Amino acid sequence: MKLSIQVNEGPYQHQASDSAFQFTKAAIEAGHDIFRVFFYHDGVNNGTRYTTPPQDDRHVVNNWSELSAAHDLDLVICVAAAQRRGLVDEGEAERNGKDGNNIAPGFRISGLGQLIEAGIQSDRLVVFGD
Amino acid sequence: MSEVKKFLYVNRRAPYGTIYAWESLEVILIGAAFDQDVTLAFVDDGVFQLVKDHDTAGIGMKNFTPTYGALGDYDINKIYVEKESLEARGLTIDDLQHLIWEDEDEDWAEKDSIKVVTSSELAKLMGQQDVVLSF
Repeated sequence: MKLSIQVNEGPYQHQASDSAFQFTKAAIEAGHDIFRVFFYHDGVNNGTRYTTPPQDDRHVVNNWSELSAAHDLDLVICVAAAQRRGLVDEGEAERNGKDGNNIAPGFRISGLGQLIEAGIQSDRLVVFGD
Repeated sequence: MSEVKKFLYVNRRAPYGTIYAWESLEVILIGAAFDQDVTLAFVDDGVFQLVKDHDTAGIGMKNFTPTYGALGDYDINKIYVEKESLEARGLTIDDLQHLIWEDEDEDWAEKDSIKVVTSSELAKLMGQQDVVLSF
């Protein structure tokens, strides 16, 4: 089955990203295709590489980056939600005159159309968050 | 992308306490460009999103609710409000914005976009959807 995942909450504050990660990993292991993972609302905060959790805790951001590297996952951060919350890649930093970027490996910033497209293209869109 | 799917946006939260309502509306407006079969539902505190004449001056936030008035122009005209949620909050349809759309097939006659439905009618509606986005 072709699946897309939507993550609506930030890391650590809320379990949504952890659950989405575990679900995505399990779905891949079960042989399903992941068309896209879309991060919206505070979920965009899952894509900053400046996250530094204590060493004895899971690294939510790195978990996604590593899963993406291993399985060529498309991790998309909503640009409008990201701009509000200070999440920038190189292009966004340049366009908005910021002095650096903070996007984590494997993530890319794009528009809400990517979420709608994921809904159209996938057999199921699975949403994580309250 | 010629396939048309049934998209339902479920709006469950009050308009200003969190950003979900506003960011839901952003998805709805962008999604309108994809020519899908779109339905909106307002339940629980989400019914407050449609209450007319918001005055947000006291909380320093933008009143985004006039944007709902433009939904008809985006061909979004199936807007369902849950009856039980309205009643529990002492609201009636008269407290809500009067949202309309123009029916091309009937010489652009103005029609109401909002329908008040019971929770069981809404449940049936949800069961008919391909994609449900909940905010």
